[in-house]
Amino acid sequence: MKDTPLSNCERQFLLKAVEEKKRVDGRQTYDYRNIKITFGTEYGCCIVDLGKTRILAQVSCELVPPKDSRPTEGILFFNLELSPMASPAFELGRQSELLVKLNRQLERCLRNSKCIDTESLCVISGEKVWQIRVDVHVLNHDGNLMDAASIAAIAALSHFRRPEVAIQGRDITVFTPEERDPIPLSIYHMPICVSFAFFQQGTYLLVDPCEREERVMDGLLVIAMNKHREICSIQSSGGIMLLKEQVLRCSKIASVKVSEITELINKALDNDKRARKEGGKFGFAESMPKERITALKKDEAPVEMTDVQDTANEIISRTEAQPDIVKVPSPVVPAPGTGQVGEGLLNTWGLEEEEDEEEEQHEKEEMSTGEVMVLSDSEEDDVVILNPDANKPKRLEGGSKKGVEAPKKQKTSH
Amino acid sequence: MEVELCPILRSFGSEQNVLSRPDGSASFVQGDTSVLAGVYGPAEVKVSKEIYDRATLEVVIQPKVGLPSVRERAREQCIRETCEAALLSTLHPRSSLTLILQVVHDDGSLLACYLNAACMALIDAGLPMSSLFCGITCAINTEGQIITDPSVQQEKESRALLTFAIDSVERKVMMSSTKGSFSVKELQQCIAVSQKASEEIFQFYRDSVKRRYSKIM
Repeated sequence: MKDTPLSNCERQFLLKAVEEKKRVDGRQTYDYRNIKITFGTEYGCCIVDLGKTRILAQVSCELVPPKDSRPTEGILFFNLELSPMASPAFELGRQSELLVKLNRQLERCLRNSKCIDTESLCVISGEKVWQIRVDVHVLNHDGNLMDAASIAAIAALSHFRRPEVAIQGRDITVFTPEERDPIPLSIYHMPICVSFAFFQQGTYLLVDPCEREERVMDGLLVIAMNKHREICSIQSSGGIMLLKEQVLRCSKIASVKVSEITELINKALDNDKRARKEGGKFGFAESMPKERITALKKDEAPVEMTDVQDTANEIISRTEAQPDIVKVPSPVVPAPGTGQVGEGLLNTWGLEEEEDEEEEQHEKEEMSTGEVMVLSDSEEDDVVILNPDANKPKRLEGGSKKGVEAPKKQKTSH
Repeated sequence: MEVELCPILRSFGSEQNVLSRPDGSASFVQGDTSVLAGVYGPAEVKVSKEIYDRATLEVVIQPKVGLPSVRERAREQCIRETCEAALLSTLHPRSSLTLILQVVHDDGSLLACYLNAACMALIDAGLPMSSLFCGITCAINTEGQIITDPSVQQEKESRALLTFAIDSVERKVMMSSTKGSFSVKELQQCIAVSQKASEEIFQFYRDSVKRRYSKIM
């Protein structure tokens, strides 16, 4: 399905609004949309809402042999997916340019910044390490996927707990969460991406562009930074030339935004931890808004089942009135592991075979009496003569063949 | 022999219109099981998928970890056939309907939850349907007890697992997916139980739609 195109007047309206320092959703130039972080009942599952953009991240782990070049390091694997749910333009299983770009940027932001201690993921050097897999699903695309994806991924990684292992010689025991408490990953810092959209060759700048603004922007600058104001990656795309001052100004804005977001993530993590510790209710089911008019919830309730037995019995009795199916003889088991059906019956297979042979013989006779087809046992008969006029040269060929094949026959006779 | 029944539906809830981009969307929560559904359509269709007298329905299930496997494909087919039976797709010939289901958390009765989320999303999208449908999962444990809406733990302990899609008009079975062995009597009992339990869910559908439009009427 194609995406809805943006009309010229919409485009002009948006650009004019940017010039007047106004935004379609009423935000200021440097404002982020509302960020909501919710965690699931499982460890390492998180949904991030950035305005209307919604992203689901799930972290999972697996014991794998390490890479040959790095035998003592665990593996981090990122997989961002643009679900067709997010936008009609996203097709299933297509490697679009946007997808590749986002995946690469996420890797640069989280793997190459070395924010996770991969050495602590080593179980036996050179043999078994943990592979941490981060699946990021885009559920709704309303612009600025990169920021939302980075927040979702790092929040899910901080929330994740891997099972504890015990090593005895070469044996690895993996404990279930019931046996031993799972342990969190060691995270050094939390890099978070902040996107800046540029308009009119860099004259105007907007933080956290929505989908409409992304469509009319000239260029995009993505800065990944942690709360210690360390830049983890910078990427400029769209082919705009930026001045040094502009980049510095962006990095200053980014540092403010990153500290705000980091605080929000930590608060969400603390809330979830507290809810789990107190044994209270947590997870997505609890975070569903109850006051919204579009939402409704119904509490656990037993279902009235007074006449279920009767209806079932009635249906069965009605069907049982019909005559039973002819009983299949139960198999005879002479010894364990063997089975036999129908003991003491006459084997009819031999008789049928005889009949078959007779039929075959009849067929052969019929065929041999035919004038067109000539069957004989000699090997040279695969030369079929189609045109009787061209007989002579073909026969010559046949003769030469005979000469070649004669010694072969002798060999076989030995 | 009277079979013991354990007919409890876990607390369930739904929110419609959760996503801005799809034409219809809904989240459905059954206990801890949670599914998000989005519907696009009726929209233009690829020529290769075009059907001249009705709409083409495509169902996509997105697993949480990794790529979709055979299990997802099989469930997609179950859901597609159920939806095709309920939808009046002849009203939109030569167009495409896409239903995307994303599992958010699996804690048992997932196929039933997919069906319920799909129906809520189709209602939200305002697509014409001949009837509503809902999914009910029944588990028969080793003692022969029938449990409705089982959790993962109960599913593991069961000897048979039956999921039915039931229509809202005549409470007929539209789809069944079963695993494990069970007797004819147990099957009939499970169907009867599901039909009873479906009333609960259809009432919920009605209440949620009533609540949604309460300010308009």
